[in-house]
Amino acid sequence: MVNPTASPMVLLRNLTVSYRQHPALHHISGSFAAGSLTAVVGPNGSGKSTLLKSIAGLLPVERGALNVAAPRQRIAYLPQVADIDRSFPINVRDCALLGCWGATGGWGAVNRALLDRVDAALHAVGLEGFERRNIGSLSTGQLQRVMFARMLVQDAELILLDEPFNAIDAKTTAALLALVRQWHQQRRTVIAVLHDDAVVRSHFPATLLLARELVGWGATSKVLTAPNLQRARAMAEAWDEDADVCGVNPLAVQAVIA
Amino acid sequence: MMTLTHWLWDTGFAPFAEFAFMRRALVATLALSLSAAPLGVFLTLRRMSLLGDALSHAVLPGVAIGFMISGLSLTAMALGGVLAGMLVAALAGLVTRFTTLKEDASLAAIYLLALALGVMLISGHGTQLDLLHILFGSALGVDTQGLLMVAGVASVSVLLLAAMYRGLVLESFDPAFLGAAGRRGWLWQQGFLMLVVINLVAGFQTLGTLMAVGLMMLPAVSSRLWHATLAAQLVNASVQAMLASAVGLLLSYHLDTPSGPTIIGCAGALYVASLLLAPGGWLPRARRRAHRVA
Repeated sequence: MVNPTASPMVLLRNLTVSYRQHPALHHISGSFAAGSLTAVVGPNGSGKSTLLKSIAGLLPVERGALNVAAPRQRIAYLPQVADIDRSFPINVRDCALLGCWGATGGWGAVNRALLDRVDAALHAVGLEGFERRNIGSLSTGQLQRVMFARMLVQDAELILLDEPFNAIDAKTTAALLALVRQWHQQRRTVIAVLHDDAVVRSHFPATLLLARELVGWGATSKVLTAPNLQRARAMAEAWDEDADVCGVNPLAVQAVIA
Repeated sequence: MMTLTHWLWDTGFAPFAEFAFMRRALVATLALSLSAAPLGVFLTLRRMSLLGDALSHAVLPGVAIGFMISGLSLTAMALGGVLAGMLVAALAGLVTRFTTLKEDASLAAIYLLALALGVMLISGHGTQLDLLHILFGSALGVDTQGLLMVAGVASVSVLLLAAMYRGLVLESFDPAFLGAAGRRGWLWQQGFLMLVVINLVAGFQTLGTLMAVGLMMLPAVSSRLWHATLAAQLVNASVQAMLASAVGLLLSYHLDTPSGPTIIGCAGALYVASLLLAPGGWLPRARRRAHRVA
């Protein structure tokens, strides 16, 4: 289902994204290989969510280039839970059905195969019997299971997860991590923003360590080291309201990468 | 028994049977109930309950310009109103897309400018009476042409709402998901705002631009107290709006009150009843019910 060659799914070249001139991501270059499973870690404010949003196409790229090999309908993006209105009158099954949007759009028919996929997804996340429940009556963990079911229905090539296990108990986290592992086995590309170093070490072969700038990117055991983490913390804490305009010449940086 | 049926006929049916203007008013408000109230439910879902109010003010300069060009012509004023409302909605949409301002903030800024322009145009070229007529309308003055317009708008808007339903639900529930899935998420939003605008304009002769919002929002807010599913809320809102329309017209006939505010008053009475009695209201919460074991 995904091209098994090592061509990059996401290619970043000297990517810079700023909020009011202050960079949240500063000259990031590198690539996520197709079929890779990468954790994005770093202190608060280090640009992790910004990176995910940029890849999802929700933020304009200010400088540099960002190429995503998957078409937009084949990208699944899970924002932090707070973005969803829990009081919306929609039930679990309909919510999972919305995952068909990429295949059907606003008017296409939802055929038998898609409906079966919805049922299978709800089964896979352990929410059988909850189909008719309103999402307002679900716990945080159950709602996250619904979101994962919707992503299963989406059948995406590139899956972006922003802190998917925040405020989620150990049992649910384990169940959802099993799904992530399954996606990896199916050669889908998964990029997840995470805070729990133990989870990263045990489940994610690759890690990207951010502190607005790139601190390390590669095999988890090589990146997630004490000196690297300390360096990331120190970099993220530095903040200068009147910092000078960045003088890095993007052409020079590109030449170095090439 | 005979006297009771007689009384019922006299108060409830005779006004409609005897007077064509009452029949036209009834059909116009029923058609509006069918199309505007469900839109109101979507507005509450998007936490934009006050947007209808803003847009109703935004149509004013267009109505005024229509009035200046061709006098009290319904077609000209309605066309002007629709164009002005759509322009304001589109401008607000552009500001939201290309600046950091949120939707409500950009809309508030632009509709206030439109309102000021509208009041200036009307006070320069019309009379106080015209302004009152535009703001508050008169259901009892609906002519055949006005009736056709209301019926046409209601039909188009119900059909469009049905066609756009899936996209609107998704856009209201999880705009980030829609935004990640494609670049055209804002089109749903704009299409929806256009529906709101044409419904407000359709209501302006019947109820006036200000009162038309009442028929859109009050039943919608009440309906959300009754049901947990969206489909039921949409139907409930329409039914409440129809009930308020019919009873309001009768009351305004018998008590000789202005029709628009009387209809909205009836919708308000239903709102108060919903607040007290509906499952999401006060009484069921106050009455302690035994909980289940699981």
